[in-house]
Amino acid sequence: MSGVSTLLRRREFGVVVAIGVLIAVTTVISPSFATGTDGFRNLLLTPSLLMILAVAQGIVIITKNIDLSVSAVLGLTAYATGRMFVDLPGLPIPVVILLGVGLGTLLGAVNGTLVSLGRVPSLVITLGTLYAFRGIDIAWAGGDRVNAGELPREFTTMGTQTVLGVPVLFVVAVAVLAVVAYVLGQTRSGRELYAIGSDDAAAVLYGLRVRRRVFFGFLASGTLAGLAGVLFAARYASVSSNAGTGMELEAVAAAVLGGVAIVGGTGTVLGAVLGAVLLTTISRALPTLGIGEFWQQAVLGALIIGAILLDRVIAARQARRLRSSHASIAVAPAKEAVT
Amino acid sequence: MTTTLDPVRQTPKPRPAAQRWRSLLLGRDAAVIGLVALVWIAGSVFVDNFGKPNTVYFLLLDALPILLIAMPMTMVIISAEIDLSVASMLGLSSVVVGVLFQGGWPIWAAVAVALAVGLVGGALNGFLVATVGLPSLAVTVATLALFRGIAVGLLGTKAVTGFPDEHKDLVSDRLFGPGTAIPGILLVFVVLAIGFGVLLHFTPFGRATYAAGMSARTSRFSGVNVPAVKFWLFVATGFVSALAGVYWTLRYDSARGDNAAGFELAVVAAVLVGGVSIFGGRGAIPGVIAGALLIGELRAVLRLADVSADAINIATGVLLIVSVIVPRLVTGLHGRWRRARRSGLESTSSSD
Repeated sequence: MSGVSTLLRRREFGVVVAIGVLIAVTTVISPSFATGTDGFRNLLLTPSLLMILAVAQGIVIITKNIDLSVSAVLGLTAYATGRMFVDLPGLPIPVVILLGVGLGTLLGAVNGTLVSLGRVPSLVITLGTLYAFRGIDIAWAGGDRVNAGELPREFTTMGTQTVLGVPVLFVVAVAVLAVVAYVLGQTRSGRELYAIGSDDAAAVLYGLRVRRRVFFGFLASGTLAGLAGVLFAARYASVSSNAGTGMELEAVAAAVLGGVAIVGGTGTVLGAVLGAVLLTTISRALPTLGIGEFWQQAVLGALIIGAILLDRVIAARQARRLRSSHASIAVAPAKEAVT
Repeated sequence: MTTTLDPVRQTPKPRPAAQRWRSLLLGRDAAVIGLVALVWIAGSVFVDNFGKPNTVYFLLLDALPILLIAMPMTMVIISAEIDLSVASMLGLSSVVVGVLFQGGWPIWAAVAVALAVGLVGGALNGFLVATVGLPSLAVTVATLALFRGIAVGLLGTKAVTGFPDEHKDLVSDRLFGPGTAIPGILLVFVVLAIGFGVLLHFTPFGRATYAAGMSARTSRFSGVNVPAVKFWLFVATGFVSALAGVYWTLRYDSARGDNAAGFELAVVAAVLVGGVSIFGGRGAIPGVIAGALLIGELRAVLRLADVSADAINIATGVLLIVSVIVPRLVTGLHGRWRRARRSGLESTSSSD
C-alpha cells in the first residue's frame, strides 16, 4: 500500500476533512467565523482546553481504561491555582503553575494507585474520584469564586495572548500533543500501553509491567488535567466550583470521535485531539449554519453514533479482506497439487 | 476409567443449609443492608429530626428516581453492559410531557407519549449495542448527548410548570394519611422491584442475563440468545427512565431540558455500591435497593446534620470506592490465609 493511500485511509484524515469542510462552509456563510484576527484566534483558542483533556483521555483509553475524573481534576486545580494567587501573593507565577500541575499529578496518582494496586475497574474508581474531587472542590470553594481582579495580569493575559496570531494556549496544547504522540508512537513504554490495551493477559505473559504502566497512564492523565485546570484559570480569569463540569464525557466523546476505540489498544492521541477540535468547532459553527444553539448537543450525539458505526463498518470490511487473502494463500498450493 | 464420568459425581452437591445461611449473612448484600441500618441508627441517635416521619417521607421521594432506574440498570450491568443515557432520557421524557401538556394534550396522553419515547430510545440503544455489536459505553455516551440534545432543543432554557394539582398530588400523597412516612408513589417502585427481582432471580431470562455477563461466548454456545437479552434490557432502562422523567416532572412541577443532568452517575454509583460487579455476572436486586437507600439516607443525614450539601458528594465518592476496594481486600486476605494454612498443613505432613 503506498504512502498516500495509507494516509487517505487513516481515521485522522477523515476527521481533518470534516473539520476543513465545516470551517470552509461556515466561513462562506459568515466570513467572520474564521477570518479576521478574532475569528481566527477563537477558532484555535476555543478547543485548546478540550484538546489537552482529549490527550489525557486518549492515553488512558488506549490502555483499555477510562478516566471520568478529568473534569473534577480540572475544576479542583483551577480553583487551587486561583486561591494560590489570592492567598500567597508573594509566589512567582511559574511556581504557582508548577504547583497547580503538580496537584493534578497527585490526583492522578490517587487514581492510578487505586486502579492498578487495588486492581479495581477504572470506570468505578474514577466515577468515585469524580464525586470526591468535585466534592472537595465545592466544599473548599463554597459559593465563592476567584475573580479576574484577584489574579495577576501577566497570568490572565497568558490565557488570551497570541504569538504571531496563534493563541498561547493552542501552542501549549499542540506541544502536549507532540510530546505524548511521540512517546506513545515511538518509545518502548508507549507501545507497551497499546499492548496492554489490546490484550492485558498476553501483556502480563509477555513480561510487561502492566500495573506500573497503567499507573503511569493515570499519572499522565491527572497531570494533563491539572495543566488544563491551570490554563482554565488563565483563560477565563474567573473560577467557581463548577469549572469544567461535564467535560469528562466531552473528552471521552472527542477520543471516540477521533478513532480511539473504547475497547482499548487502537487509535492515536492525534485522533483524539482532532476529535476535540471537530467537537468544539461544530458547536461554534451550528448557530451560523442555521441550527439553533439548543440543538447542538443532539447533532453531536448523532455524529458520535455515526462515527462509531463507521468504525465498525471499516473494521468488518478489513476483517473480510484479511480472510479472503488468507483463503487465496491456502487455496494456491492446493491448485498446484492438482496440476 | 469410566468412574470419572459417573453422572452423580459430576453434578455439584447442593450446599448445606448452614453454609447457605452463612453466605447470606456474611455476603455482600447483607453488608450493605447492615450499613443502611447502621447509618439509620447513628442518624437517629446523633442527628436531630432524623427518623421523624417527614424526613423519611422526603428521603424516599428524593431517592425514588434512583431506586426506579437502578432496577433495570442492575440487570444491564449484570449483563456486562452499561447505560449512561438514563438521565438524558429522564430529561427528554420530562420535556415531552411538558411540551405536549403545554400544547393542550390531556396529561395521560402526554405521559403515554413520553413512555413510548422511552421505549424507542431504549430500543435505539439496544439495537446499536445488541444487534450491531457496538460497545455500550460509547453508544450510551453518544445517546446521552443525543437525548439531552433533543430535550434541550425542544424546550430551550424555558420550563413548563403549572401542572394540575390532582396529578401533582398523585406523586406526593402519603399512603397512610397526613403526617405518615410512606409516599403512595412508593408502590410503583415496590411493584417494579418485585417485577425485576422475580425476572432476574427466578426466570430463565434472569439466568440468561447472568450467563451473558459471565461469558457471552459460553452462553451463546449453550443456546442463550445474548443479543435478544441485551436488547430488551436496554428497552427496559429506556422505559423506566422515561417513567422516572414523568415522576420528576410532577414531583417538582417543572419540565426542563436540563432536568436530572449528570444523574446517570448517581444511578451507576447506587448499583455498584449495591454489590453489582461492573464486569457483569454478579449482583442482586436486594443489595441494589440497599445501595440506593444507603446513598439517599447518607444524603439526608448529612443534610440534616448541616454538613454542607457539597461534602455529600465526597461521601458518595468515597463510599463507591470503599465498596469495591474492601471486598477485594477481604477476599485477598482470605485467600492468603487459606494458602498459608494449606502450606502449613503440607509442611507438617511432609515432616511426618
